[in-house]
Amino acid sequence: MEYKISNRLRLTAIVLMIVGVLGVSYSFVTSGKTFEQVETMLANESHHGGGHGEEAGHDKEADHDTHASEESHAETAGHDNAESHGAHAEVDEHTKHVNHVMHAMHKRPWAAIYVAAFFFFMIALGVLAFYAVQYAAQAGWSPLLLRVMEGITAYMLPGALIVLGIAIASGLIGHYGLFVWMDPDVVAHDKLIQGKSGWLDITWFGVRGLIFIAGWWLYRHFSRKFSIAQDNADDNKNFKKTFRISAAFLVFFLYTESMMSWDWIMSVDPHWFSTLFGWYVLAGMMVCGITVIAMITIYLKSKGLLPKVNDSHIHDLAKFMFGFSIFWTYLWFSQFMLIWYSNIPEEVTYFIARFNDYQLPFLGMVAMNFVFPLLILMNSDYKRIPWFVIMAGIVILVGHYVDIFNMIMPATVGDQWAIGIPEISSILLFAGLFIFIVFTALTKAPLEPKRNPFIKESEHFHY
Amino acid sequence: MEASKVIHAIYTDDDVLMAAVKKVKSAHHHIEEIYTPFPVHGLDKAMGLEPTRIAIASFIYGCIGLTVAIVMMNFIMIEDWPQNIGGKPSFSYIENMPAFVPIMFELTVFFAAHLMVITFYLRSRMWPFKNAENPDPRTTDDHFLMEIAVHDNEQELSNLLKETGAVEINLIDKAH
Repeated sequence: MEYKISNRLRLTAIVLMIVGVLGVSYSFVTSGKTFEQVETMLANESHHGGGHGEEAGHDKEADHDTHASEESHAETAGHDNAESHGAHAEVDEHTKHVNHVMHAMHKRPWAAIYVAAFFFFMIALGVLAFYAVQYAAQAGWSPLLLRVMEGITAYMLPGALIVLGIAIASGLIGHYGLFVWMDPDVVAHDKLIQGKSGWLDITWFGVRGLIFIAGWWLYRHFSRKFSIAQDNADDNKNFKKTFRISAAFLVFFLYTESMMSWDWIMSVDPHWFSTLFGWYVLAGMMVCGITVIAMITIYLKSKGLLPKVNDSHIHDLAKFMFGFSIFWTYLWFSQFMLIWYSNIPEEVTYFIARFNDYQLPFLGMVAMNFVFPLLILMNSDYKRIPWFVIMAGIVILVGHYVDIFNMIMPATVGDQWAIGIPEISSILLFAGLFIFIVFTALTKAPLEPKRNPFIKESEHFHY
Repeated sequence: MEASKVIHAIYTDDDVLMAAVKKVKSAHHHIEEIYTPFPVHGLDKAMGLEPTRIAIASFIYGCIGLTVAIVMMNFIMIEDWPQNIGGKPSFSYIENMPAFVPIMFELTVFFAAHLMVITFYLRSRMWPFKNAENPDPRTTDDHFLMEIAVHDNEQELSNLLKETGAVEINLIDKAH
């Protein structure tokens, strides 16, 4: 069935992008506060807040994690000593504190746009991996959904380039807003980062990113090409080729996905590392990807464009959403519990910063990503009801946005976080772009693959 | 009235059996039981059997297991003897909860799985030394047997069953 993007959807996407661009520009323009402005603002706050001392004490706990990365400009951990020093030291502490808050404010729009860009990119990459799994496993239920997946993976290339672009731009023009290891001043005073500079180097970071993206794009390009060629072929040569490149891609993907997660996410906290981080990011990626496949499938089916997709297909997708939600929780908890249990100071700062300053998002995301899907998607009958799957999907997507938010924000803006214009407009911008690219890609090929060797099985799929 | 006589219709193919079940159902005869050597997909639907509720039972058992784990560890580790073991915070359950999660998980699964299996055995009346209820040993190998109660309509029934492709039709008197 040929799909044509409706004018209303295209207009929605464009409006989202325009509103997003306006909001993002506004947040960049207003984030450039001077020292005096921040000082006045903090003074006003402490008038209703109950004094500077309390705020400083609060900062002290929060910034164990970030203080090392803020060495060049702020050392808020020293605040608790402020009282025992003379007046001079207090003035010095005050300057440092104001500087610290000012830098966090400068970083906020960068972090907000980076979180949103990564979130939408990871949906597309997760779908690409899921797509490769369908071919490599020769799944019989999914061929009817392959074109939907191909549509979503169209966002992978622009999305990945945007994420890498923002990461590098934040270093080159953004005063190292996201990655402190890009700042030569910080590295000069930081033995730990110096030890990692063989890997954490901005040129090598960019080259590595481009290699990852090129590999993923090559797979996406050729699998799409073979998939369309298979429609008019008279043998299964194209399918076999896709099978082979899918298997090869999955090997490449597992290595590069891990490295990508170290580079693009874990290195915002360059003093911290975790060995299962790559899988943890992968699990979030997969669950978001499958959720979006389910949502777009339900949308297209509601328009009558996927008449052969039945509720068993939806049921299978919902099972994957359920299963990967639990898999994500398993990895999240394994990472958290191992670090909490051993309580090694150099590792545990990561979670202390999140627990002190991000308690609601940190615990709220566990409810949204685990408890909610667990209870909602456990019942077999509910998994067949489209609006139920959509509702669960929305909660899962919001939950995983918060997950990425919790990964990036504590290391960049610290306790100065909020969900405001920078965050929401960044989401709108990339949501619009995502919708525009994905639904435009869906118009480029018939929504039902013809001559896929498993298409008959998929049409009669019944669970 | 409990039927004392039943007809055993024997089939050799599950597809033929499925067609026969549909035919017998549409003629409004009550099928007492069907014996098959392996699960026949869709047979329960064709017979109009109620869906199983064992998953619901299992969910409840899982909740019980979770409760047992929480109550047990809260009593032992927090209330009864809140010792300092390696600096773990034993002041309240929630503070030390991550350490309890593996046990909470395992007990949930343990209760859900084992009690569900036991429920299955009880509801299916299966236990060691139970007398087998198999009417014909061939049904454990390659034959399918449909048991229908007879209410003075023996001739009509056996004609119907013959039409459906039964290879053997036996009238069995269950009264002793």
